[in-house]
Amino acid sequence: MKKLILSTAALALTAGFALADTVRMGTEGAYPPYNFINDAGNLDGFEIVLGNELCKRAGLTCEWVKNDWDSIIPNLVSGNYDTIIAGMSITDERDEVIDFTQNYIPPAASAYAATSADADIMGGVVAAQTATIQAGYVAESGAALIEFATPEETVAAVRNGEADAVFADKDYLAPLVDESGGELVFAGDDVPLGGGVGMGLRESDTELKAKFNAAIDSMKADGTLNALIVEWFGPDAATY
Amino acid sequence: MFSYCADPSTLESFRWLSCYLTTGVHMSFYKSFLLVLALLAVTAPVALSFGFLGAMSARSHIAPVSWLGKGYIAIVRGVPDIAFFLFFVIALDQSFELIKHNVVCPDWTDPIRQGNDFLVCPQAKVPLGSSPEYVHQLYGFMLAVITFAIVFGAFAANVLFGGMRAVPHAQLETAEAYGMTRRQIFWRILVPQMWVYALPGLSNLWMVLIKATPLLFLLGIEDIVYWARELGGTKTSKFSAYPHPDWRMWYFLFLLVFYLSFTKVSEVVLERLMRRLNKGQATAGGEALRKEAAA
Repeated sequence: MKKLILSTAALALTAGFALADTVRMGTEGAYPPYNFINDAGNLDGFEIVLGNELCKRAGLTCEWVKNDWDSIIPNLVSGNYDTIIAGMSITDERDEVIDFTQNYIPPAASAYAATSADADIMGGVVAAQTATIQAGYVAESGAALIEFATPEETVAAVRNGEADAVFADKDYLAPLVDESGGELVFAGDDVPLGGGVGMGLRESDTELKAKFNAAIDSMKADGTLNALIVEWFGPDAATY
Repeated sequence: MFSYCADPSTLESFRWLSCYLTTGVHMSFYKSFLLVLALLAVTAPVALSFGFLGAMSARSHIAPVSWLGKGYIAIVRGVPDIAFFLFFVIALDQSFELIKHNVVCPDWTDPIRQGNDFLVCPQAKVPLGSSPEYVHQLYGFMLAVITFAIVFGAFAANVLFGGMRAVPHAQLETAEAYGMTRRQIFWRILVPQMWVYALPGLSNLWMVLIKATPLLFLLGIEDIVYWARELGGTKTSKFSAYPHPDWRMWYFLFLLVFYLSFTKVSEVVLERLMRRLNKGQATAGGEALRKEAAA
């Protein structure tokens, strides 16, 4: 047994060396301000800037890969890329399948948006994105949950009357509500959910996890992470 | 793109649109049309050859070969496309890696499957983790071509098998009477004549193939449906110089027009091809052509 552990460690080390040249970072590219595609057709957003900085600090070369949210965990596990950095909240269910670094965004509020402030968010129909903590929360809240593959569709469902409200990260909804010209408003109270947003990794990738944890530590220590959060999420955002 | 595009919020609608439609992200959208056309151009001949091989082996006189051909047709035709697409691409990818793993890292002692993780040695990754992004995309495209070719090959095999059986038996018997070998009969008599019987079925398949290209999206390839959905989505002024509400309907309408005109053009071309193949054939179409010429 001991020998097995040793050889595993040795192999993990050599594997680490071989992989050190490129780390493939998986993201969704459809969830501003976390990650999105800008007018030039490139990935942009808080997590892209953060990810590049983390890679620089960890001495890694990183490459970005876009992947659908639905299959983002299966594709990590089967090795199509090495990390998920896509606004993914740390939850126990996910932690059983993959590993997370420490969070790089503190636990943030989720919110309901609807066409009127007194929408029936507890007993009506509420839209959420598939396989998100918000979808899990709605299912248990007593409201009828309808799930959509992309965040865009959840908001569209409210606009066309299919759902009474949409439940999502407040940071995602805020710009949409601001610019809807009064069509959308926040309804009910904010709900704190999840253990913050972290970077997802394969459970076997302990060495990479340690590197990113160290990089996140250093960004937390020198205040650059807080500055970045304020830059992308506004001065009211929760910081470290 | 244009010099006046620096501050789009000040432009009137026509100029705004000209800037909007030429952003980098729209260029990706236009390129994805080429991608779909490339997929069709590559897949159609590959699927046809899969189909030809399938049909050939299905009518083979050697029992195991015939079972193989018939089994291929039956299994692939019987499984829903989407289920096949979701299963097959992952299975294909992992089997490539497993095979390469056994070749390049014979000394690897770790289990390949650790819980949920599929772990081959880093040298056995297909493509290598260090390869540039275009290699990964090319590989994904190749997986898509293979999957499409296998699915549509099975349908093509069935059509060609039917086409081969529809060739009048007298033709084959005559060839035999002339002393041709089985191989000669197949290549000189059967194959040239079967196309006219197979073409209606094949043209049908081509139409279905065109319409099936949005399945690419399921395979993680950024095709026209992906970009239409992405571009049509609501954009706020915070993250885009071209904010707009939910325009997905217009983008999808554009896709509808694209697919409709593409199938229309195909229809015209296939009609001409059918006319050509019917020339001198003992079929109803051939008869009509003869009458036309006589009149």
